[in-house]
Order: sequence, then structure tokens, then C-alpha cells
Amino acid sequence: MENNTVHSAIRKYNQDKTRLMDILIEIQDNENHISDDAVRIISEKLGLSIVDVEQTISFYHFLSKESLGKYTIYLNNSVISNMKGRQIVAETFENEAGCKFGEVTEDGIIGLFDTACIGMSDQEPAALINGSVFIHLTSFRVKKIVRDMRAGKDVKKMHTSYLGDGQNKSEYLNSVVRNNIMRMGPVLSDDYNPGTIIMKNLAQLTPEQVIEEIKTSNIRGRGGAGFPTGLKWEFCRKAKGDKKYVLCNADEGEPGTFKDRVILTERPKLLFEGMVIAGYSIGATEGILYLRYEYKYLKHYLENILEEAREKNLLGKDIGGIKGFNFDIRIQLGAGAYICGEESALIESAEGKRGEPRDRPPFPVEKGYNDCPTVVNNVETLCSVVKIMLNGGEWYSSLGTRESTGTKILSISGDCRYPGIYEVEWGLSINEMLDMVGATDIQAVQVGGPSGSLIGPEEFDRILCYSDLATGGSLMIFNNKRYLLKDVVLNFTEFFIEESCGSCVPCRSMTPLLKQKLEKILNGNGVANDLEDLPKWGELMKINRCGLGHTAANPILTSLKNFRHLYEEKLERGKEYETGFNLEQAVSESCEATKRVPDF
Amino acid sequence: MSKPVIATATLAGCFGCHMSILDIDEKILDLIELVEFNKSPIDDIKNFTKKCDIGLIEGGCCNSENVHVLKDFRKNCNTLISLGECAIMGGLPACRNPIPIKECLEEAYLNGPSVKGHNESGIIPNDDEIPMMLDKVYPCHEIVKIDYFLPGCPPSAELIWNALTALITGNEMELPYEVIKFD
Ligand SMILES: Cc1cc2nc3c(=O)[nH]c(=O)nc-3n(C[C@H](O)[C@H](O)[C@H](O)COP(=O)(O)O)c2cc1C
Ligand code: SF4
Ligand code: SF4
Ligand code: FES
Repeated sequence: MENNTVHSAIRKYNQDKTRLMDILIEIQDNENHISDDAVRIISEKLGLSIVDVEQTISFYHFLSKESLGKYTIYLNNSVISNMKGRQIVAETFENEAGCKFGEVTEDGIIGLFDTACIGMSDQEPAALINGSVFIHLTSFRVKKIVRDMRAGKDVKKMHTSYLGDGQNKSEYLNSVVRNNIMRMGPVLSDDYNPGTIIMKNLAQLTPEQVIEEIKTSNIRGRGGAGFPTGLKWEFCRKAKGDKKYVLCNADEGEPGTFKDRVILTERPKLLFEGMVIAGYSIGATEGILYLRYEYKYLKHYLENILEEAREKNLLGKDIGGIKGFNFDIRIQLGAGAYICGEESALIESAEGKRGEPRDRPPFPVEKGYNDCPTVVNNVETLCSVVKIMLNGGEWYSSLGTRESTGTKILSISGDCRYPGIYEVEWGLSINEMLDMVGATDIQAVQVGGPSGSLIGPEEFDRILCYSDLATGGSLMIFNNKRYLLKDVVLNFTEFFIEESCGSCVPCRSMTPLLKQKLEKILNGNGVANDLEDLPKWGELMKINRCGLGHTAANPILTSLKNFRHLYEEKLERGKEYETGFNLEQAVSESCEATKRVPDF
Repeated sequence: MSKPVIATATLAGCFGCHMSILDIDEKILDLIELVEFNKSPIDDIKNFTKKCDIGLIEGGCCNSENVHVLKDFRKNCNTLISLGECAIMGGLPACRNPIPIKECLEEAYLNGPSVKGHNESGIIPNDDEIPMMLDKVYPCHEIVKIDYFLPGCPPSAELIWNALTALITGNEMELPYEVIKFD
């Protein structure tokens, strides 16, 4: 049985080792784990060593050599999920299932696991169960879910009583997920008939002219780093290479962002059109949509749309009647790793390997996927491109601020009346944003996800734009009742520790040390000196290889800068040094194991 | 002025760092001229007989005894130095840190291949005389304040010598590359 799955997965992907990820995911999804046998067969057939296969499995959160249960539950443990009542949901899962998180029930039916933000921050607490999304969980709902699992019900049939809005309720999705589109702008607006640019305009334009238009718009990447898109395309167009690629980054792993999920649900045709335009501009023949595993429920739906596009000549050969313009798109699933959102890690992962960032230069525009020139763009960037081609670069650059042109789709969650996505022009202040979403009594806003900064009311007049508060769009709002250091800063720091790929020493080791210090302070053992150490130690993070390591200390550093009083009020006064070491606690486990009464 | 007083101890270490102290060869004679040793395995003084200027600690802390000794050193030494990887980071002994101590003890006394079937009463040694094991091996600075760290496994004799002379003379320490490279 199991070996059949393994062999058929290998056949399906032509024994191609660059498709190792797909093969592993297929086996994991069918067998709840990837056995030693499976590893051996894969390594033989693909010509990889056993450890190559194993190190790939061990890298990804959703792949496992141990069985994770017939029903594998991944309950989100992000800050927002906790705020919205995760604890009681988790306890109910444990009580009803009869095992703890991190374990599988003895009968092998239910496995309970934590996972980082699954892109549902506006509908928490949420969980993934065998790939299906469950939102707005309550203990009542959990009891029903566990009963259904015991009864052997198919996850897809567990929530047929209600479905989400828009395309979520379409037959291909059948999902309870909500879009919560609260504000549309020119990118999200639904008054455009996708395919028009390809069919009507592209043939009249040279690739250089398209790139010129994008440059005129002054649009910068919406994935977080903000690199000018036109320039990126130009570099890639000019790079030497027989084959070029367009990769769309739909990894959306920054906790608190979920706008790409909504675009993928409601505007996928716009996105694919953007990829085609990018392909035309740089001279690529292949596009890859790198879709995070958490959004696997969208895969079948998206593939169907790709198929439709092929039928309409929006993909495939001689697209839009342009002789010799061939371009197609495939979907590559991730397997649970925030670092795979980093573009070079994304490329490694799409090649079927561990998602470890590459040393740069060379940049992907010169040496990317399969070492060919590659453009990596965020979902929103590629959608915006279509509207730029529709209305012109001049038009686009008239929106927003002078140096941050256009609009940004914000993912807003936390303590506010209307969480959801909002397309706004760059230049919105935090105060305006809070008004917009109905948020009052606010203590802090996390701008740009955990890798961004935590700011307080004195700074709420600052504006969203690349030169002030740059953001990939994640805004999390915390009211005055929240315990920022413990509930927010500690959680974010743990997230980075969990997600570090482990290549760089400071990223791997300093982040845990910073966390230890934060915990020491929270436990009341902090002294003034500790507050001096934190920024000094944080400096070292600059020598890490990629953006994850560069920003992993930000939760601590920005909260220390903007909320210093919260740290100071926890300090032990009049002490110069304190390690917080507790001998009684440190010996308790061994004394228990040896049946001995500790004496000091 | 009286001679500076030095104390040394080995906690969860292998004595390699102490060997390195002795490895300053004939300079040990100069050192004896310069300083006086108090509590240390080198002269076998078991208890502090006076306040010391410098304490050198080899090894991290793996049991309650180590913690007591380390705290005693902190109390009796003006300047305390972590000597070598084990003191600084836990070193080799800290390899057990990812494994719960209960499992370590059971493996060592009940389940390991060399004991399985030979420990009929199933006892893990627990006499009051034996120090209590800590849940993990701690580097010294996680227990008391440490003033300086001398890296290496072991730190080279020259590094130790340079550090001690710098401390004693008040001059800046010499750190040529050869002294801190480890391969
Ligand atoms: C740790 C890390 C995670 C990232 N995650 C994402 C992501 O989920 N989506 C994304 O579009 N960009 C992400 N990025 C940024 C990408 O590296 C890259 O800059 C971006 O995809 C380029 O597209 P753009 O120019 O259209 O923004 C991440 C970067 C880092 C360092
Ligand atoms: S900074 Fe962190 S995540 Fe990035 S490459 Fe280094 S270890 Fe990996
Ligand atoms: S640092 Fe090296 S030489 Fe010193 S005690 Fe540890 S293992 Fe032995
Ligand atoms: S690889 Fe282990 S210390 Fe460098």
C-alpha cells in the first residue's frame, strides 16, 4: 500500500530530484508520515543520498518521519490566535482527544501540533486539519470536530453547514475561510476583465516598453523588501541565460499577513496575468507560483484557473496571438517554513531542497531558479503590474506619496472592530488606520509583522511609506489590556527561533540568548545591566546572511526602544548583577528521578 | 605591596585547562614569584584561607557541588575568570543538555548496554553524599557574574599567561592571532 504511494509519487514527477518536495508532500499527505522505507526508495530512484532526503524532510514543519495521526491538527500559536482564545481551544483539543500538543493519540487517530501563523489572523483561532482550514474555533466546535474524527468523517465534510464568502464557497474551494475585504482600491477592484492586457495591449508593446512603463510607475516590491520592480525586471531582461523564470512568492509567512491569500482566492486571474506580463518582459518561458503549504486548499482551484487560461490562450504557446511568446505556469507547494519566503531560500525550495538562503551576490536576477536568471515577485506586486499596464505608469505614480507610489493592501488584525484587508494609498497614518478599522484604547501597533517594529501612541502620527513605516502589510493592533512583553514580544522571538534555518551563528544562537534574557527580566530577575546588554548583543545580528536573522531581534529591540518603561518596571532594584539561576528548580528533576529529597 | 592571590577550581571540566596552566613551562617559576596560590588543585589547598584577587574556573556546572564551589569563588575572588569552553559554554558535558536528565540517568544506570540486566534493584545512586545533578550543564556566567572569558579548549598556556600578567600589571592584554586561533 504505502510503497505504491511512494512509487506512484516518484513516477508522477518523473524521478526528477528537483521535484523532491512534491514527492515528499504527496507521500506525507497520503501516509501521514514518510517512512524509512520511503526514504530509501526515494533516494535510490532519484539518485540522492539517504541524508539528502532526510535533511529535506527534517527541514520542513509539515513533513515528518513519524506518523502524525490519521487526522493531523495544526493549531495556530501566533500572537493573534492567542489573543482570540487559543488557550481554551487547545485545552479542549487535548481533553477531547486524550493527548497533549506534540503527540498523537495511542490509537493513532488524532495528532495535535502547533504551527506558526497560517494566514488567518482575521479569523482566529484557526487550525489546519489534513490541509483543510478551520476558523473561529471555540471549545464547542472543537468537541464536535473531535467527535467527527472519531467517527471517521472526511475533513471536507466536517463543515458543510456554513461556508465562507466569495469564491471560498465555490465548488472547487468549499472552504469556510472568509475574505473580509474591507476596502478595495484600484488593484483589488473588480471592474477589470482579466486577460484584457494580454489580448489587447501586449502585442503592441516591446518588452522594453513594458519595463519602461513599470519604471515610470515607480512601483516597489510589495513583499517587504521594496526593491523597484521595473529595475529588477530590467536586470533580469539584460542577464545572460537561455532560459529565464518568473517566480511568484506566495509564501506569505510573515505573521499577521493574509492579503495574498485573499488575492489568490478572489483575483487569481489578475495574478497570473501579471506573471505572464513579467514573463513577456524578461523573456521567460516558465513561471512558478510558490504556494505555502498552509494554502494548499487553494491548489486545485488555482490549477483549474490555469487550465482555463490555457484554453483561452492566456497561457501556453503564442500567447495572445504573439508569435513565439510561450509561457506556462506551474504551482510549487511549500511544506511549512517561513524562511522559504526569502527569495533565494524560495528558489532552493522550489528546486526541491532545504530552504536555506543562498549567499548573494549573485542575485536571482542573474542566477536564480536552476541557476537561470529569475525574477521573484510578490503576489500583490504582480497584480499591481496589470493595473499599471491598464492605466499607465503616470497614473499609478500619481497615487500614494511622491516616493512611495500607488496603493498597499494591508492585512489588519488584533484588537479592532473590523479586521480584514484594506487597500489604501501609501501615506496613511497609523491614527487614520486605527480610525479606519474601529480601534480604540490602543497601546501599541506592530507594523510590518514580527520583523518590523512595535510602536506606541506617540508615534501614531507616522505614516505608512517606504521612508517612514515600511511594511509588507501586516498590522497587528494591541489594546491597553495586553501584556506586550510576554504575549507579543516573547511570542515573536520564539517564532524567529523556531524558523531560523540555522546556518548563521548569531541567528541560531543569539536569538535564543536574547530570549533567555527577556525571560529573565519577565521573571523578575533582570537588572539595569541587562537593558544595556540587549541592544549591544542585538548589534551582532547584522552579520547574519539573510533578512530573517537581520530582523530576528527586532521584537526585543524595538519594544525596548519604544516601551522601555515596561522593561524598567520589571527590574530588580539596587542589584548590579543577577543571573536568575535557581538551584532548587535545577535539581528537582534529577532528585525526582533518583527518589531523593533535595537538601541544600 | 603583597603578591596578588590566585585561586583555581575545576568544575565540570576534564582538567585540561589546568594542564594548560601548567603548560607555561618554566614560566611557572616566574608566576610563583609574581603571585601566591590559594585554594587550588595546584597546591591542594581545599578551602579559602583569605580573600583572593583572581579566580580561574575550569568547567561549567553540572551538579549542586559545582554551584556551591562557584558561588564560593565568586564570594572570595575579586575577579573571576571563565577558563576554557566548558566554563564559557558548557563544552562537551553540555552535549547532554538536549536530553532530559531523567533519561540520562536511566540510560546510565538502568538501560544502557553495559548495565542492562546488572542492576537488579533498579536503583539510581542517590546517597546524600553524592551531589545532586542539575537539569542541564550550565555555563558559569549563567550562575554567577563572570568578569572575563578566556576561550579555547583548552586556552593556550600563552593566553592564560598573557591574561594573568595583564591583570596583575594593569597593562592591556596582548592578543596576537596565534594565541586565540584554535586549529
Ligand atoms: C525571512 C523572509 C521572509 C520573506 N517572506 C516573504 C513572503 O512571504 N512573501 C514575499 O512576497 N516576500 C517575502 N520576503 C521578501 C522576498 O525575499 C523578496 O524580497 C520578495 O518576494 C520580492 O518580491 P517583491 O519585489 O515583489 O516584493 C521575505 C524575506 C525574508 C528575508
Ligand atoms: S540569517 Fe538565519 S535564517 Fe537567514 S540564512 Fe542565516 S541562519 Fe538562516
Ligand atoms: S575546555 Fe576543554 S580542556 Fe578545558 S575542561 Fe573543557 S574539555 Fe577540558
Ligand atoms: S562547526 Fe562546530 S564550532 Fe564551528
